[in-house]
Amino acid sequence: MKTDRRFQKQTLTKVPTGILGFDEITGGGLPRGRTTLLVGGPGSGKTIFALQFLLHGIEHEEPAIFVAFEETPQRIVANFDNFGWDIASLHPNQLYLLDAQPSPDLIQSGSFDLGGMLAALGAQAKAIGARRIVFDALDVVLALLPDAAAARREVYRLHQWLLERQLTGLITAKDGGGDGGASIQQPFGFMQFMVDCAVILNHRIVLGVSQRNLRVQKYRGSGFDENESPFVIGSTGFDVAVARKLGNVDAQLINERVTSGVERLDTMLGGGYYRGASVLITGFPGTAKTTLSGAFAEAACKRGDRTLFVSFDSDGSEIIRNLTSVGIQLASHSESGMLRMISARTITGSAESLLARIKSLAKSHGARCVVIDPVSTLSKSGNELTAHGVAERMIDWTKAEGITLVCTSLLDEINVHNMGTPLQISTLADTWIHLSYLVQAGERNRGLSVVKSRGTAHSNQVRELILTDEGVTLADIYTAGGEVLMGTMRWEKESAERVANEVAEVAAQLNLVRLDAEEAVLQVRAKAVQTELLAKQVEKTLLTRTRESREGELVKGLARMRVLRGADAAEPGPKPAK
Amino acid sequence: MSIMQAPVPMFSFQLFVAGDTPNSVEALGNLTRLCHEYLPGCHEIDVVDVFREPARALAEGIFMTPTLIRLAPSSDIRIVGTLGNAQAMFQALGRETVLP
Repeated sequence: MKTDRRFQKQTLTKVPTGILGFDEITGGGLPRGRTTLLVGGPGSGKTIFALQFLLHGIEHEEPAIFVAFEETPQRIVANFDNFGWDIASLHPNQLYLLDAQPSPDLIQSGSFDLGGMLAALGAQAKAIGARRIVFDALDVVLALLPDAAAARREVYRLHQWLLERQLTGLITAKDGGGDGGASIQQPFGFMQFMVDCAVILNHRIVLGVSQRNLRVQKYRGSGFDENESPFVIGSTGFDVAVARKLGNVDAQLINERVTSGVERLDTMLGGGYYRGASVLITGFPGTAKTTLSGAFAEAACKRGDRTLFVSFDSDGSEIIRNLTSVGIQLASHSESGMLRMISARTITGSAESLLARIKSLAKSHGARCVVIDPVSTLSKSGNELTAHGVAERMIDWTKAEGITLVCTSLLDEINVHNMGTPLQISTLADTWIHLSYLVQAGERNRGLSVVKSRGTAHSNQVRELILTDEGVTLADIYTAGGEVLMGTMRWEKESAERVANEVAEVAAQLNLVRLDAEEAVLQVRAKAVQTELLAKQVEKTLLTRTRESREGELVKGLARMRVLRGADAAEPGPKPAK
Repeated sequence: MSIMQAPVPMFSFQLFVAGDTPNSVEALGNLTRLCHEYLPGCHEIDVVDVFREPARALAEGIFMTPTLIRLAPSSDIRIVGTLGNAQAMFQALGRETVLP
């Protein structure tokens, strides 16, 4: 017994596994210099996890040993070629693959131990300076041991051996199968108690859809995320879904606006969507959700943003053709590689795997804008429980990457009344545009309204969405007597108004002319009167002057007459008449 | 029993042991006893300690100890364990060559 070792102080450090999401769950990876047990049913991804852990170490100058009890190393190398992991090119000094399969011809007589293997491995580990080691499918060899006590003894021996060499060990083992439950079945259940860290992988089928989950069962000396986390085995290996934890740095905010592809919609939103925002377009079938997202994609490509268009409804070429009819030209962008159309019409599988595929496609394309049409596919049968979480993580992912996400969502009859979407994305999305039909006067017209748009002023009005050969545009709708008018009725109303305007205009013109004439007449009359007035005044002046002079002459005349007559100076008689 | 009647070929064994661990000690004891009893004078045993010669164990693909390899006569036969079961040993070692 190495009692001295037990009391040596060891700080727990962690070895990153390089597995997306797993290092977040465990706060850094597997415990360094300790043993981790990875338990899972058949096909749950144990070997992939283990190998990915080793390859990550090799990338960081940590040589590794892989002990295969179940498969030949050659087969493992071939299998993992598909993930783009070129194991064959690795030098044995980087990764030593040990074929430890018990030979089928092996004859067993009595009990045995793993001392031989450990001695051999010890020499090899020393030779290459290995830091990480994987024992894949240890249960195969344990099953050969005659009794549980012997198995237990060998696991203990292995554990001790790892500790002594300060190797970070990962042991994979099958569970009893079936429920994929909390503890693996006997006889290897004790392993979970012995190791420092235990991880359980399970693979369930829910309504015919495969759902994979990973759970850290224990982790001595460290906190960890205790919940089951969905994961997928994607084209590049493991991808564990993790929601962002509290305390994580928020995604960087971008104030840049990007156009929605419809000029008037930008106006309604006060300048367009924010870059990195998630936009939800909801509506019934045929309300031009795809058209609106197509307009966005076209505008993005024109701007030079690489765009990924994922369609769950129709083929990429179909969408391109259909959108040409409304003046949205995507073909050239698709040819130039700016736009990548992904058709996933008949795709099945878990929502988690869809998200993983979309993520890896977006990554390989370098997409800055992603369109998902419609996102409600995520909640197809078998995915109801997980779809919401997936949608949350999708929005979280696009935000973190600064990707502008436009997704459409089909509303079905059930959701008509509460306007909610099946995925509850509407609460998460930054901008929610709702498209609806208005049936009136024998017509079906499309109405667009902005239900919400965080951080941007937005119009409260319903607009009519009009699709023309030249493109998509919005028209103001008419409200008459509390009723909203669209389509032909709006057109009629508009033209009636135009006619009425013209009539009024003419009437006003006529009136003006008439008034002008009257004014002219009055002015002439005023002139005449003024002239007459002047004449009268002249006449009056003349008259006054004439009378004055006559009176003067009269006085002078009388005086002269008196002088001539020699009469009295004073007149005795009556005054002479004038 | 008429074991010794037929001309008996030479038996050559290699026994990989892990130091003096109980299983290994037991296996060596069992093998020696069987050989003495049934193959007197016509056997050789090469004991390899994997702790001292890990490279040999690796080269031979010995992962479980103790492992007995029959090198001669004929083909490679491997028996893992303490070799306590004599019946299994007979079958494995080629009873036909031992018992006419």
